[in-house]
Amino acid sequence: MKRPRRLLSLVGLVACVHLSSAAQAADKVSIGYLQTVEKGRLTISVLDQPPKNLGLAGAEVGINDNNTTGRFTGQEFSLDDVKLAPDDDMIPALNKLYGQGVRFFVLDVSADNVLKAADHFKSRDVVIFNAGARDNRLRNEDCRSNVIHTAPSRAILADGLAQYLIWKKWRDWFLVFGSNPADQAWAASLRRAATRYGARIVTEKEYVDTGGARQTDSGHAQVQKQMPVFTQDAEDHDVVVVADESEVFGTYLPYRTWLPRPVTGSAGLQSVSWHPAFEGWGAAQIQNRFAKHAGRRMKGIDMQAWTAIRMVGEAATRTKSADPAKIDAYIKDPDFSIAAFKGQKITLRDWNLQLRQPVLLADGKNVVSISPQAGFLHQFSELDTLGYDKPESSCKLEK
Amino acid sequence: MKKTALALLTSTCMTCLASLPSAAFTAYVSNEKGNSISVIDTDTKEVVKTIKTGNRPRGITISHDGKFIYVCVSDDDTIEVIDAKTHQIVGTLPSGPDPELFVLSPDGKRLYVANEDDNLVTVINLEDNSVINEIPVGVEPEGMGVSPDGKFVVNTSETTNMAHFIDTDSFEITHNVLVDSRPRFAEFKSDGSEVWVSSEIGGTVSVIDNASREIKHKISFAIQGVVAEAIQPVGVRITKDGKKAFVSLGPSNRVAMVNAETYEVEKYILVGQRVWQLAFTPDEKYVISTNGNSNDVTFIEVASGKAVKSVAVGQLPWGVVVSPN
Repeated sequence: MKRPRRLLSLVGLVACVHLSSAAQAADKVSIGYLQTVEKGRLTISVLDQPPKNLGLAGAEVGINDNNTTGRFTGQEFSLDDVKLAPDDDMIPALNKLYGQGVRFFVLDVSADNVLKAADHFKSRDVVIFNAGARDNRLRNEDCRSNVIHTAPSRAILADGLAQYLIWKKWRDWFLVFGSNPADQAWAASLRRAATRYGARIVTEKEYVDTGGARQTDSGHAQVQKQMPVFTQDAEDHDVVVVADESEVFGTYLPYRTWLPRPVTGSAGLQSVSWHPAFEGWGAAQIQNRFAKHAGRRMKGIDMQAWTAIRMVGEAATRTKSADPAKIDAYIKDPDFSIAAFKGQKITLRDWNLQLRQPVLLADGKNVVSISPQAGFLHQFSELDTLGYDKPESSCKLEK
Repeated sequence: MKKTALALLTSTCMTCLASLPSAAFTAYVSNEKGNSISVIDTDTKEVVKTIKTGNRPRGITISHDGKFIYVCVSDDDTIEVIDAKTHQIVGTLPSGPDPELFVLSPDGKRLYVANEDDNLVTVINLEDNSVINEIPVGVEPEGMGVSPDGKFVVNTSETTNMAHFIDTDSFEITHNVLVDSRPRFAEFKSDGSEVWVSSEIGGTVSVIDNASREIKHKISFAIQGVVAEAIQPVGVRITKDGKKAFVSLGPSNRVAMVNAETYEVEKYILVGQRVWQLAFTPDEKYVISTNGNSNDVTFIEVASGKAVKSVAVGQLPWGVVVSPN
């Protein structure tokens, strides 16, 4: 009887020694950042050309912030980034990173690829952050219990915009949408928002993407004639709401509509998770730090990546651990919150793992307003007036 | 007629201020957006003067002899030194970039400054305006508190979420205490037994035992009819006898009066919008709150916890300090 007990205590002792030496040797947390980059992607305005370090720079600043804290806690964070072409198979890259010890993946890829990664790592010790895909289905029927969304969904962005338009009493909308799937999905969310908040879509019109060059030398002359005519036959409206995620025609609309009306949606006033000009709520600090690192100011996807990395960092600091299971449990705990320059604590929706967040409404220069708007009430959190609320969500997370 | 009477009254009061320094004090309020300091007579509770400053004045303090006002002009990357008598800017200090908050050592010889952009605490020698040391701390250093014996400075870092205890002899960090999200302010009890650290996003005040450097209590706040997210503790002040504390609660527009011995919140005092920093008058008759979004400050009577008067100041009042004499 005596022997096994002694053996047991010996094992305990060994484990103890191991633990303390591990704590001294610094916990290593490796995070993978995967993004799809479309080569030679065209935008209507050259000013909208995506910078080379889009998203990645946000992840890097997040890693730096985590490491500054890590100096005091004996934790070390590293980033492995992988750029993929839209048609590349993501699985080999995921496997390679997993083999190198990466257990946290921040993705800026399509919804299909998010699902591929989620199902590939199903029941493995991996936490995935969707920092890029805005598709509502990832928060509803296609939700996954190993995917946390720092990107706002289209529904969140549309609701944030709709609340402001209603507050402005711009209730009658002329909805113009592109013909590509992303445009149609954005239009669907805008329609849903109109219904939710009592706006009336008086006319809908599709702008068919027929291909062709985005800008030509004398293109402006044609555009000046096309856009008024295209918007001529709408019923009278307060505002033009445009859904053009593919950036085919949306930014041609301001100043060229038949009726003199403000343009919003994919041009003019846009709803975003973050804006380069935003300085409220202490944001000047992250903007400065980001600009110093990246050589430009911070955009939405940068913030979404930063937030994902900071969530891992915060959980690692608080749990004093690099164990993905512990970090995952900490983040999914109902009491989890993180400070992300949004004026209040940012938390997770437990029904679909979507980050609750305010939405900035901004034009090219400045933040015009921030939603939720005052007066849109909710019994639990006013942030839950944006996007799919618990009773509306069709997401069933596997426990 | 009325105007003359008022002017006479004011001038009489200014005279009494000069001859009877213990009766009335002068409060200085930094107006972050107004680029100015509002000078308030704490007796009449009126603004008597406005001083122009550099860009984005925030942290503000005064030398122990009451002769010089120091103000962080964050967007100019410096600290301005203002003569309290003439209200002229008489110099600047090498604060390092984007100074926001600072604390004066008890002997008045050093200024400890938080540099938000560089994750540093800068130590300035006020005798020759030189930089003695720069201490790397966590991300976005903000709150600065000094122990009554001057041996330790506590800096809070807003994204790292720690209170860093810095030995003022060796300039080494000896302890890092993890607190709730976005720690904004650190305040020692006058007997040096505790440091109170407010967490803006976490919504709590951590009471850190200064002997063990461990959190001994966490104060939380709940206000009927106010969403929890709006309760954001920022400024903290504790009376000299260590019995009463005031905590400003940001966009909840209230200041909490706390029993500093039992840590029970005794009262929530409605002041103005987005209440930020606090300062006692030296006799501790009043505590003054800066209410950023309503462009005013509120005088709260310390004994009763009643808001006595709000005074309109410049745009976005941020910090406040009261002259010692």
